[in-house]
Amino acid sequence: MLATAQTFTLDGISARPVRVEVDVHRGLPAFSVVGLPDAAVREARERVRAAIVNCGFEFPLRRIVVNLAPASLRKAGPGLDLAIAVALMMASDQLDLDPLAPLALVGELALDGSVRPVPGVLAIAEAARERGVERLVVPAENGAEAALVADVEPLCLDSLAQVAGLAAGDWSPPRPRPMSLLAAPRSGPDLADLRGQRHLRHALEVAAAGGHSLLMVGPPGAGKSLAASRLPSILPALAPSEALEVARIASACGRLGAQGPQGRPFRSPHHTISPAGLVGGGNPPGPGEATLAHRGVLFLDELCEFRRDSLEALRTPLESGWVSVARAGSWRRLPCRFMLVAAANPCPCGRGEDDPECTCAPFAAQRYQSRLSGALADRIDLLAAIRQPSAAEIAGPPGEPSAAVRERVTAARERAERRLGPGRCNADMSPAELRGSALADGAASLLADSYSRHRLSARAHDRALRLARTVADLAGEETIGREQMAQALQLRRRDAS
Amino acid sequence: MSEPRACPDCLRRSRLLAHLAPYIERVATGAPGSRSPELLRLSNEDLLAAVAPKVAVQMLAQVEAVPERRLRADLRAAGCWACCRHDDGYPPGLRDAADAPWALIGRGEPALLERLEPDRAVTVVGARRASAYGRGIARELGRELAAAGLVVVSGLAFGIDGCAHRGALEGGTTVAVLGCGADVAYPASHRSLWRRVCEGGLVLSELPPGTGAWRWAFPARNRIMAAMAGMTVVVEAARHSGSLITADLAADLGRDLGAVPGPVTARTSAGANDLLAGGACLVRDAQDVLDAMLGPGVRRPERTGSALEPELVAVLAAVERGEASCDAVAAALDLSGAEAATALATLEALGYLTCSPIGVYSRTLLMEPGV
Repeated sequence: MLATAQTFTLDGISARPVRVEVDVHRGLPAFSVVGLPDAAVREARERVRAAIVNCGFEFPLRRIVVNLAPASLRKAGPGLDLAIAVALMMASDQLDLDPLAPLALVGELALDGSVRPVPGVLAIAEAARERGVERLVVPAENGAEAALVADVEPLCLDSLAQVAGLAAGDWSPPRPRPMSLLAAPRSGPDLADLRGQRHLRHALEVAAAGGHSLLMVGPPGAGKSLAASRLPSILPALAPSEALEVARIASACGRLGAQGPQGRPFRSPHHTISPAGLVGGGNPPGPGEATLAHRGVLFLDELCEFRRDSLEALRTPLESGWVSVARAGSWRRLPCRFMLVAAANPCPCGRGEDDPECTCAPFAAQRYQSRLSGALADRIDLLAAIRQPSAAEIAGPPGEPSAAVRERVTAARERAERRLGPGRCNADMSPAELRGSALADGAASLLADSYSRHRLSARAHDRALRLARTVADLAGEETIGREQMAQALQLRRRDAS
Repeated sequence: MSEPRACPDCLRRSRLLAHLAPYIERVATGAPGSRSPELLRLSNEDLLAAVAPKVAVQMLAQVEAVPERRLRADLRAAGCWACCRHDDGYPPGLRDAADAPWALIGRGEPALLERLEPDRAVTVVGARRASAYGRGIARELGRELAAAGLVVVSGLAFGIDGCAHRGALEGGTTVAVLGCGADVAYPASHRSLWRRVCEGGLVLSELPPGTGAWRWAFPARNRIMAAMAGMTVVVEAARHSGSLITADLAADLGRDLGAVPGPVTARTSAGANDLLAGGACLVRDAQDVLDAMLGPGVRRPERTGSALEPELVAVLAAVERGEASCDAVAAALDLSGAEAATALATLEALGYLTCSPIGVYSRTLLMEPGV
């Protein structure tokens, strides 16, 4: 007897359809799974057998062959358990789900038959809609996530035993409410914690308003990490489509909690991270930190300590907003449009050459700084030189709260979007768009003056212009004035001479 | 001025030195007290007898056999020219030195040789491993001395030398004296600086084109730098450093010696401070050098900037007090981050301040008008 069931397997951050075919016929009792299963899928045999028996169904003592089609696609993860179990019960005449077709199932089984949540249900539901599937059986805990996709009815199961009732039509599962993607950001860290540090606040605001990447240089303990972790709180709220992208990635990586995404992501990988960990890799290729930081902030603390190849790997993704990971036999394109924030000490001992306490040899500090100018530096627009805040500043009143700064940032971004088109920010202005920005006379002469005095490269010239555009957006000006150009020239990251 | 022209004998001497380089390396080091300057004082025969007695006859014959045509063709092929001690264009300062090089192979503008009189040239030397302080001073000195019409002589090394050249190229002209062939950019990472000096100044060496860098050649080139200029300024030097060789050689020749003081706690400035303790001229800025070389008050360098508004004067004063970052300035003067950034960028554009790649501001020597 033959039966089939539709399910999906996760591939990167999207889902691919898999057809489970089960054949039960006479012969020595056996249970084999074919069709390129990974270890977790192969182990499904044991879970399926125990779950079927423990839910009061009968496990046929016959020759059972499970084929996962298409046979060329590698199937990963335990999400196929439920489909295999249901197809097996249909093949042994214990169940008939045909009235519910077109239907697909995902879920991991426990030995007692309860259905456990799986990662990537949002992507699976979207793939199901594309395939014309109308009903999707999902673990109860993933119901809110599946309900985000209209046109696909989620059927939430707690246990395999409920399948019989579902098939017979005498039990209908509860309708889950779609998870809220645009919930107000949780009461996370607030920029008010950053006391004093006026320059850093200014730099953070400009960075957020233009989506510019930022480098902070300063002694340890001066507040670099604190400032970076507050950056998401001053970024404008996610648009609905962006929130869905963030939720899809979080779901595929199994990091989407029951409450849904908590605003913009903030990722701070340790400096020992490998290139594959940073931009994605493995076989089959999975997303890396850059993708997890999509639409949020990627914070690289101790930039000089990162492996050079890891930083090099980040260059193209930073520019394009996409990362292409190719491995033997497979290729993925993952989104990664994030804001880069990096922090570094001014010298190996961290105090800075101008501090009399600095114990570094002069050459050591120079060499350390030369590492700042290598690798990723030409992709960084802003530099904030940080200083240890004084005792009076630390004991002083809290700074301006995130909400007030976010308002200004949002207004500046809206201004930029009106000029550039939806979803774009000043950081990704093309050279042609840059040349088209309106400059007041004073600003133009100041830029030309600095260009010749500091022997700026063309790239540095564009960087200053781009920052000036953002500063003008923050000030609500259409034309870049002299003062805004001066601020941009001060904030720009400088090339080592 | 006519093209400088070296006689074949002097060119052969230079070629002999290149052949002998590995032998000299065996008996002379690159450290202070190196024998190389005194070895180079010897005649061809004595030099050969001192460093390579076994191959002396053979090597002398080999060098003598090179035809003049070939010597000149090799120079032209490397884009160089040469002048020798028998030529009118030979730098007069070098004539004072007993151990002066027989021939100087040059690359760049030959007309500059004329300006290499001791009272119009100043040598700036210092540590390769220099601090930000020393590098900044060297650059300022280089720029202002060159702008005052002096030729800045240095050695194209890392640190102080490189900064002095860079500054001098901004203000005027400079001469680099190398310890390798004039067509060899050493150190290699100074290739672009070498090219700029070739274009905007002059590169000199006593060794023929294509000769690599030997350790003994550096003390030897120091004697050329010391002799060429009327004053040698040591910007930052540790005890027992190569810059002090140049200082000693300059003092031996009766040239003026100046040193820039450094923190008494800094090892990198100990040598320079020792020179000051021993009676060297105190160099705080370019004017001190000009006073020593040209007489007090002569040719005050152009360094008065444009007038400043009161707010900018306050910011400038804060930086002078040591508030070196934008954040510190904002906190000290109670300005917003944006206001402090605007003021600092304006002052930088006017030339009153410079900023390091990590955002540390320092004051230049440019004076406010009326101060």
